[in-house]
Amino acid sequence: MMELNKLTAHELIEKLSREEITSDQIVSCLNKRINAIDSEVKAYARVEDGLTSWPVNQLASYNNNRQTGKPANRQTDLQGIPISIKDNICADGLNTECCSKILEGFKPPYDATVIKRLKEAGAIISPLKTNMDEFAFGSSTENSCFGSTRNPWNLECVPGGSSGGSAACVAADEAIWALGSDTGGSIRQPASFCGVVGLKPTYGRVSRYGLIAFASSLDQIGPITKDIRDSALLMNVIAGHDPNDSTSVNIDIPDYTKSLEMDIKGIKIALPKEYFPEGLDPEVKDIINEAINKLKSQGASFENVSLPHTEYAVEVYYIIATAEASSNLARFDGVQYGFRVQDARNKTRNLIEMYKKTRGEGFGEEAKRRIILGTFILSHGYYDAYYLRALKVRTLIKQDFDHVFKGFDCIVTPTSPTPAFKIGEKVEDPLKMYLSDIYTISANLSGIPAISIPCGFTKKGLPVGLQILAKPFNEEMLFRVAYAYEQSTEWHKMKPKL
Amino acid sequence: MAIDEGVVKHVAHLARIELQPGELEKLSRQLQSIVDFIDKLKKLNIEGVEPTSHILPISNVLRPDETRESLSTDMALMNAPCRKGNFFSVPKAIE
Repeated sequence: MMELNKLTAHELIEKLSREEITSDQIVSCLNKRINAIDSEVKAYARVEDGLTSWPVNQLASYNNNRQTGKPANRQTDLQGIPISIKDNICADGLNTECCSKILEGFKPPYDATVIKRLKEAGAIISPLKTNMDEFAFGSSTENSCFGSTRNPWNLECVPGGSSGGSAACVAADEAIWALGSDTGGSIRQPASFCGVVGLKPTYGRVSRYGLIAFASSLDQIGPITKDIRDSALLMNVIAGHDPNDSTSVNIDIPDYTKSLEMDIKGIKIALPKEYFPEGLDPEVKDIINEAINKLKSQGASFENVSLPHTEYAVEVYYIIATAEASSNLARFDGVQYGFRVQDARNKTRNLIEMYKKTRGEGFGEEAKRRIILGTFILSHGYYDAYYLRALKVRTLIKQDFDHVFKGFDCIVTPTSPTPAFKIGEKVEDPLKMYLSDIYTISANLSGIPAISIPCGFTKKGLPVGLQILAKPFNEEMLFRVAYAYEQSTEWHKMKPKL
Repeated sequence: MAIDEGVVKHVAHLARIELQPGELEKLSRQLQSIVDFIDKLKKLNIEGVEPTSHILPISNVLRPDETRESLSTDMALMNAPCRKGNFFSVPKAIE
């Protein structure tokens, strides 16, 4: 049988609608692939106990239950298409542990809104959740209580993070597509490292209900896919207003697949000089320049611009993100869910001590570092000096983008200053790790949508990603430019040797 | 700003995290370098700039005050590490 796990969702939808294949064939191809290579890639958490528990009972009904005729406004039929989900998105009855010991065994009694929408569209939720940095704290998926995920293109390298499991499983054909979350680049940077497509939607476009919160003013759920059409298709299903998320915006959702029909003649693209510094990795620089030339040849025009406050973005991000995280993670205290320190009598004399021991043992190193930093930043005497100041600089960073978007349709940059780095390389130096997000965090701080698409490989065979950023709620522009580029290249069809 | 072990110990207490002695030393060192790094923001002139705590002009969202389906007690307690009857059970809160 054909290796259906290698196909995109839109290719599978075609085949299902022509009744050439069935959904259980897709699932068995995925199972076979996961069994064969996940012990090397480690893209999934708890792979050892999950494989057989696909909701196969539902499969039979999916197989002959495809919608007939065209849906009203948008293409939203995913009948029988499997999808893999990051371990911080709640799915009813499935372990959702943020790859942290402190959430050990947690099975949410409800679905996140994105999961609910996927199920309504007929998608099959993978029983295995994808690996991630604990609570999405990291850029390499090394901070997981289940161990590191490896980059399918080079098993000695990291897949990026924090959605490293989602990016790696898509790149390695252990999934058709996946959902990740992006607080400072956690979808785009791993997508770039693994040679797949990763989209962070505009803040407020996709409901965060059921996403276990890291930094509530920055977090967004988004698709990680093998090509642009799948990304648009998945957005058609997950985007939209949700009364359960007070920050989700009530404006119309277009049919994103329509953006793929438009060319890019006359599109004005800005190149911010701060993203192309002297020290930029020369291979990354050359590959990005080639991509720029490709877009030029299709009729887009480029101009150099400045986003002058870029140099403060990492500082602002690590103040705001850790402050919000320290507050969000207060809920993990060994009372309502997850891990509690063994309550051998006399060990924990009172409630506070139980909290402290549970949190001291339950959180990993990076989580403790960020909670303590965030608590410090919000504590009496430092709030104005750090937190309030960071919120003001956030305004300046946002104004930089507002200004550029007055004259341009989108911005193009590298997604990451380097290709995937070696496992262990940055683990002992948190600051060095934080700096690997330097090109992705501004989109979160300013709320704008951004996509990373594959645009080439280094001589050592590691993927490089091109980042495109657009005005708030203009994901269509991202799809339009990304698809025009993808049509003229073969990068998205390359597969790692595994 | 100097971050010594005393500061970290105090903040860890506020965050309700018990640190082991080895962790305390390492964290103090790492937090010092992170705080030195974020101190860079101090050189920027921010006079007259309004803070952005949220990127969207959001307002509070209320739903009609009507009864609707909610989690059952058993569902709400199913993940509790320690349960007594219909309650979450915890160690003594007041001596």
